[in-house]
Amino acid sequence: MANQIIVKDLNQVSIRFSGDSGDGMQLSGTLFSTLSAIFGNEIATFPDFPAEIRAPQGTLHGVSGYQVRIGSDRVYNSGDKTDVLVAMNPAALKVNVQYLRKGSIVLYDTDSFQKKDLEKALFTTDDPFNELQLHDVQAIPVAITSLTKSSLEGMEMDNKSMIRSKNMFALGIVCWLFNRPLSIADRLLEQKFAKKPLLVQANIKALTDGYNYGNNIHLTASTYQIETVEYSKGFYTDVNGNQAAAYGLMAAAEKAGLELFLGSYPITPATDILQELAKRKDLGVKALQMEDEIAGIASAIGASFAGRLAATSTSGPGLSLKSEALGLAVMTELPLVVVDVQRGGPSTGMPTKSEQGDLNQALYGRNGESPLVVMAATSPTDCFESAYWASKLAVEHMTPVILLTDGYIANGSSAWKIPDLEEYPEIKPHYVKEFEGEAQTWKPFLRDKDTLVRYWAAPGTPDYMHRVGGLEKDSATGIISSDPANHQMMVNIRRAKIDKIADCIPELEVMGDKDADTLIVGWGGTYGHLLEALEGIRKNGKKAALAHFKYISPLPKNTEEVLRKYKRIIVAEQNLGQFAEYLQGKFGNLNIRKFNRVKGQPFLVWRLIEEFTKIIEEN
Amino acid sequence: MEVKNIVSPQEHQPKDYKSENNVRWCPGCGDHAVLNSLHKAMAELNIEPHETVVVSGIGCSSRLTYYMNTYGFHSIHGRAAAIATGVKVANPSLSVWVATGDGDSLAIGGNHFIQAVRRNVNINIILFNNKIYGLTKGQFSPTSARGFVSKTSPYGTVEDPFHPAELCFGARGTFFARSIDVELKNSTAAMVAAAKHKGASVVEVLQNCVIFNDGIHNSITDRAWKAERTINLKQGEKMLFGADNEKGIVLDGFNLKAVTIGQDGYTMDDVLVHDATVKDNTLHLKLALMGAENDLPVALGVIRDVEADTYDEDYAKQIETVQQKTGKKSFTEFVMSTSNIWEVK
Ligand SMILES: Cc1ncc(C[n+]2csc(CCOP(=O)(O)OP(=O)(O)O)c2C)c(N)n1
Ligand code: SF4
Ligand SMILES: [Mg+2]
Repeated sequence: MANQIIVKDLNQVSIRFSGDSGDGMQLSGTLFSTLSAIFGNEIATFPDFPAEIRAPQGTLHGVSGYQVRIGSDRVYNSGDKTDVLVAMNPAALKVNVQYLRKGSIVLYDTDSFQKKDLEKALFTTDDPFNELQLHDVQAIPVAITSLTKSSLEGMEMDNKSMIRSKNMFALGIVCWLFNRPLSIADRLLEQKFAKKPLLVQANIKALTDGYNYGNNIHLTASTYQIETVEYSKGFYTDVNGNQAAAYGLMAAAEKAGLELFLGSYPITPATDILQELAKRKDLGVKALQMEDEIAGIASAIGASFAGRLAATSTSGPGLSLKSEALGLAVMTELPLVVVDVQRGGPSTGMPTKSEQGDLNQALYGRNGESPLVVMAATSPTDCFESAYWASKLAVEHMTPVILLTDGYIANGSSAWKIPDLEEYPEIKPHYVKEFEGEAQTWKPFLRDKDTLVRYWAAPGTPDYMHRVGGLEKDSATGIISSDPANHQMMVNIRRAKIDKIADCIPELEVMGDKDADTLIVGWGGTYGHLLEALEGIRKNGKKAALAHFKYISPLPKNTEEVLRKYKRIIVAEQNLGQFAEYLQGKFGNLNIRKFNRVKGQPFLVWRLIEEFTKIIEEN
Repeated sequence: MEVKNIVSPQEHQPKDYKSENNVRWCPGCGDHAVLNSLHKAMAELNIEPHETVVVSGIGCSSRLTYYMNTYGFHSIHGRAAAIATGVKVANPSLSVWVATGDGDSLAIGGNHFIQAVRRNVNINIILFNNKIYGLTKGQFSPTSARGFVSKTSPYGTVEDPFHPAELCFGARGTFFARSIDVELKNSTAAMVAAAKHKGASVVEVLQNCVIFNDGIHNSITDRAWKAERTINLKQGEKMLFGADNEKGIVLDGFNLKAVTIGQDGYTMDDVLVHDATVKDNTLHLKLALMGAENDLPVALGVIRDVEADTYDEDYAKQIETVQQKTGKKSFTEFVMSTSNIWEVK
């Protein structure tokens, strides 16, 4: 059987590790992606968690997956389909059938494909492949559990602990298949379990034996040789979007010469940002787990008033709770970064699934005329850039900034070149020392004439004692005021201040055929899928262009000019058309076609190509 | 306490803490007196106005921030304690105060209030208790007595009130004092003690709202019977009260009892001595809950004042300890020290 393995696409392959949430599939997946990156491949990953921590074993809703896509170039996303599925139980097979490509390989653990396992996964016969009509896949049955046990025989550990290493045995087979040197994996395991030498030993043993097993049964490896990528010189690591966002805040704080303060409350899928920053005492980061999301943002606003780079991290339901305090930050014109890792909504929705449903909330979810900056990160590594820029805009323009990421890029990872901060733009907080008049003449809502930005005077600074608050203030004296003309003016100024930020952000770029009739438009975390779809369409001989937005409020200055060039615009987003309506509302008279999918799953590139092509072919 | 670390070039006067803003409370409102006491307390503490931050929520009482010539943050309803936590943890060298009402801190902001007290963040909370929502023009509050008639309880409330002290002690509070708005000397003393206490301090000021709840504290504060119905607790002194200090508080089983010295066999030796610094809060709670309903005088002054580690200081210390162990890292040093680093040459 092994000799029949055929792989058509040598440039890119997707591998999905799948099993019970307790099977360690996330670890197999991350190890495989990291070692592939180190080996020199481009990678993109997609962890697909169940909502329950430990759902009943073997059941369909307990399946946890981790997809890794590796390639020699152009790995923009984790891939629609799977070339190799590792199924640790029948439920994993059933749940993932939808992702299997024709001819893909299914490596499965025969020890957990017994009658009772099949029943748990609601199979009615004893032939799951037949039942799922999987006739064109290449099934590789391996007794993974028992082989792992015999591999670890004689080690000082109980049965249960031995079995736990079966994820490493499976990983070993995959490493053989893709010709991955085990030395890298060994090193990674040693780092990961540095404090548990026995575990390292067991895992390395299982991994090695899995690898040797692949060798012994002659799984042909050469077919899977993926070329390495020409990475530019430098040091690399792999990061997921949440880590990258945390790093971006840290880097910005250092660059701005500010202490970093995070006030937060745990919520899936944003918790990692709080956890990452809580670890960074070595950098002097203060990351507080507060009593709720309101206290999270409130403490951050307090820290911002006190002169720190302040941030709060959350997901949709938490952003709802922060609304009133966000309005306070708008009114007091204090810098603040709010990272919203979007998940399926409304309400508790689908915590572990991804979507782009919070755009309207970010733009409009406050009382009154309450403008602020809204940005959206486009990929796991872009979360670093975006968090850096969000911080820069916040402290230079004295405004809250909402940075939208999503569950897909927050948990997905890719290789990241460790940046040289010297090359990053400076961050210059708008301190009150920039104010040209005497301290006695300074008032809290006096502004820079050009940017309309007020000055930041932190407690501790002599002679600049002042009061801010949620009540409207007189533009000149800073004293509370309900004067009609003053309010109108302040409302206008707060809006204009945000609009002027368009002067400080990059213009919108157009990719693909500039002279196409159709412009594809997207924003945030769908970038990788849209870019691949664009390439696919052009490979098929059709013309198309893509404009992907990272700055949403304000929009890049050339937005209207770009949009007006095209006969039709396809706005693709994971909601029911929030960005499409925003653009239409801003500019009007755009020939917009909406493409919307709200399934909690990433876009499927083949589907995008199919649907977009239909639209392009219309006259 | 941070206050003594501030090197002060000059002696401050109460007026140094007054802002130029016109005070807009109703004439006769108890808030005026509380503001004066606070100005006096700050002068006595001689803290620098520029190193002082007053945070408030929303309510008549929360307007206090605008009348201070310090750094000030008049925020949103109920969130002052959380904002103040951020200010203090971000910069522990500041003297941080919270001005808040009974609605602000015990209704909408109840959670932030108890959490700040539990964490023992080194802030001073002045709780204006007028047992009413003043700013919204007269609705009952979480401290209004059962049966209280107000605009939103025309037939009287059917709920029991909070005692602020009970919440404070339930949250393991380390400092609690009580004063009457118009008694400037006592209020000032309570605020000074609160500032000197390391940790979250709660000063409950019994405040009169002349417009919507006039006289709500009269059964305690009226001159005609104040001596009989209140007791000023002083550290290390006998718990005596009455016009001629002829009465005292004694222990009666597990309860407190008010007695007249020389009657029923009670002598001065039976009268309890006040110690606010005992860790166990059982007696403090009993003292704080004294009132007409148990035939006892209402306790004023510093009821509890116990030393304990503070959140802001411990947070800073933890950073120091980690940095001593691992060295203070730059961003690049940190990233380069993580696992999974590889080099492309
Ligand atoms: C989110 C929100 N809800 C309601 C209000 C209306 N509101 C303002 S002050 C207040 C109650 C004030 O009572 P208290 O805190 O006791 O202050 P006081 O005016 O009595 O000093 C209410 C309900 C508000 N400002 N914000
Ligand atoms: S309404 Fe009451 S609490 Fe408010 S200012 Fe007037 S008297 Fe004071
Ligand atoms: Mg009140």
